[in-house]
Amino acid sequence: MNFEKILEIPPFSLNEAEKGKLLTERLAELTKLHCDKCGKYRNMLEASGFDAEAVQSYKDIPFLPVRLFKKLELKSVSKDDIVKTMTSSGTTGQAVSRIYLDRTTSSNQQKAMVKIVSEYTGSGRMPMIIIDCPGVVKNRAMFSARGAGILGFSVFGTKKIYALNDDMKLDVEGLKNFLEKYEGRKILLFGFTFMIWQHFYKELLRLKEEGVVFDLSNGILIHGGGWKKLASEAVSHDEFHKRLEDACGLYDIHDYYGMVEQTGCIYMECECGHLHASNFSDVIIRRPLDFSEADIGEAGIIQVVSTIPESYPGHSLLTEDEGEVLGIDDCPCGRKGKYFKVNGRLKDAEIRGCSDTYAAKF
Amino acid sequence: MQPNFDLLNKVTYLIGSAELTVQLPDVPAKQPFDESILKFLNDVSGKLMGNRVSKTYPDVITFAFWIRKASVLRMKERLGKKDDAFHLGRGVAFHIAPSNVPVNFAYSLVAGLLTGNANVVRVPGRDFPQVGIIAEAIKSVLEQHEEMRAYIQLVRYGRDKDINDLFSSIADVRIVWGGDRTVAELRESPLPPRSGEITFADRYSLAVIDSDSYLNIEDKERVADDFYNDTFFTDQNACTSPRIVVWTGNRTEEAKKVFWETEHRLVEKKYAFQPIQGINKLTSSYLIAAAEPEVKIEEGPDNRIVRVRVLEATERLMDYRDNSGYFYEYDCRDILEIKGICNDKRCQTIAYIGDKKTVLPLIETGVKGIDRVVPIGKTMDFDLIWDGYNLPAFLTRTVVLA
Repeated sequence: MNFEKILEIPPFSLNEAEKGKLLTERLAELTKLHCDKCGKYRNMLEASGFDAEAVQSYKDIPFLPVRLFKKLELKSVSKDDIVKTMTSSGTTGQAVSRIYLDRTTSSNQQKAMVKIVSEYTGSGRMPMIIIDCPGVVKNRAMFSARGAGILGFSVFGTKKIYALNDDMKLDVEGLKNFLEKYEGRKILLFGFTFMIWQHFYKELLRLKEEGVVFDLSNGILIHGGGWKKLASEAVSHDEFHKRLEDACGLYDIHDYYGMVEQTGCIYMECECGHLHASNFSDVIIRRPLDFSEADIGEAGIIQVVSTIPESYPGHSLLTEDEGEVLGIDDCPCGRKGKYFKVNGRLKDAEIRGCSDTYAAKF
Repeated sequence: MQPNFDLLNKVTYLIGSAELTVQLPDVPAKQPFDESILKFLNDVSGKLMGNRVSKTYPDVITFAFWIRKASVLRMKERLGKKDDAFHLGRGVAFHIAPSNVPVNFAYSLVAGLLTGNANVVRVPGRDFPQVGIIAEAIKSVLEQHEEMRAYIQLVRYGRDKDINDLFSSIADVRIVWGGDRTVAELRESPLPPRSGEITFADRYSLAVIDSDSYLNIEDKERVADDFYNDTFFTDQNACTSPRIVVWTGNRTEEAKKVFWETEHRLVEKKYAFQPIQGINKLTSSYLIAAAEPEVKIEEGPDNRIVRVRVLEATERLMDYRDNSGYFYEYDCRDILEIKGICNDKRCQTIAYIGDKKTVLPLIETGVKGIDRVVPIGKTMDFDLIWDGYNLPAFLTRTVVLA
């Protein structure tokens, strides 16, 4: 099964059985492809005793811990075919993932994402406000997760404006002019959850007290990057929504879950507050103790599978996030497939030992 | 340069005081195993054993047993004076205890005391209850042993080079635990010309199990318990914890099966598994699989114990070492096959089942590693000969009377 076929199917239309069949076929193919093309991947599968013939379901295909992409160069194409290397955003000094993309994989990422996001925004492009600074996408050769997210979503924008300048200060004049110009139009806003809170919302709130009010009730906000930093400020999902609406009338807000290791198939939050897996990908919740599949409603480690990666062996990955499946095919929003929630990062192990541990400095 | 004692206001004293630190260079050294020290330690032991709280900490109780008079007299017998010379402590011993082993500081202190030195011990920054329990016991026993006060100071301070400089400048010997990075950190602080240093660097250990001997042991549960204490008890992350199990003899497959099944039952009962550990171990096993062809990740019931079978026992394995129940396994026909992994300065302990003489040919080749060959279950038993160092020799001065 080639990827073009999957693209033809509406992204949230398949039920569990239909999707299972599609994923099993495509992911088994990708497993074979990477075994042929990536020696390190082949070694890992051989060491674990993997038998391709015994695969009954895509759930039987081994998963690689995402951390491996920080430690190893894993690719299934030659150097000459690489058009982009994506890196995860990490704090200085931390190892970053390196994901190698050829033309096909890069283009399929883009196509999948357009299909998924259009299901939420409607087709057709919109004026777009990027809640970040222009500096973050300057270096095109090395895409960080933040830069990649912005560029990925930029395809939905006609005219674009960065709401922040490189000092992370809100560009009040620019924003005002932009909103006047596109008054009455639907506007797409995109950014990272914490940036939105810290540099956008808080500034809007301050301006409101000074009598300067922005009306974003025509906007649709897509945001990602996790809740960890907001949780430390005790801001919940509901609080985030309520406060943004209070500050600027923005109410059409969608969180998304995704990672640089599987760019393209993002998991977007529906009107009911659930993250959804499209036909392009799936989540499987694994029990930490034996990696068996958890039941619906049972928290575990999130495994992600994607039909996209051809240039690197990242079609089945074990994340370090905890989550749980909320249901399959029966979300009130009408989208088929699994819907789930993410509980956050797994805790680092606390272990004893003779060697002193050194906390990473920020 | 005069030591800058003003810095001591940044130091927290669990026992001792800035005033006593200033006087340290003038404290007379004692003779090793001096009667006053033996009495003092025996009283501390009694205090600890009589304390209801300390009974809930097996590591505190083990320590209390180790310092009681009978035990110390056995050490004296073995390691005390054997010649006509006169022996004295070096003077001031400055100890840096490891930050994530609760009672190690106490063993280091006792090594310094038994050899007649006055000691400054930096205890772990983390607030382990064991540190408090032992410090309290020492404090209260000091009331009856005023003459010992000058010999014991327990201090706590952050990673602070200036304070390291200060204590180092008055140290006759410095004892640094905590691994490579801590050693490197302390090396930034100069010692006086005649002072010495003992460093406990990052080490690894292995187990050598003779399959036939193992299968002949009746009490397999006992062996599992011993192995648990060597490994899981410290998250398999102590320098003494075996990271690789070398199987010898004729019935390796049969032995492995019984050994790991028994161990697993125990780990299931006793060990608190943390979710990230399964991912860590999977990552490590894939990393070695990617790098070394023909390794095999053994199938197991769950992620509590992860075993990787290797065809070569080289020191490279240790670049991929992990903890919390992650083992390499090697089938060995001739003990010299594991020379690679033992001929590395990082190699410390061999824990064995079977005949300890099996490893002699290996040591006789002049390997750079292996400091201890001890039965399984005994890897953590602290002794004054540790990590290849004869501490009584290192911590004393020999006065020749010709």
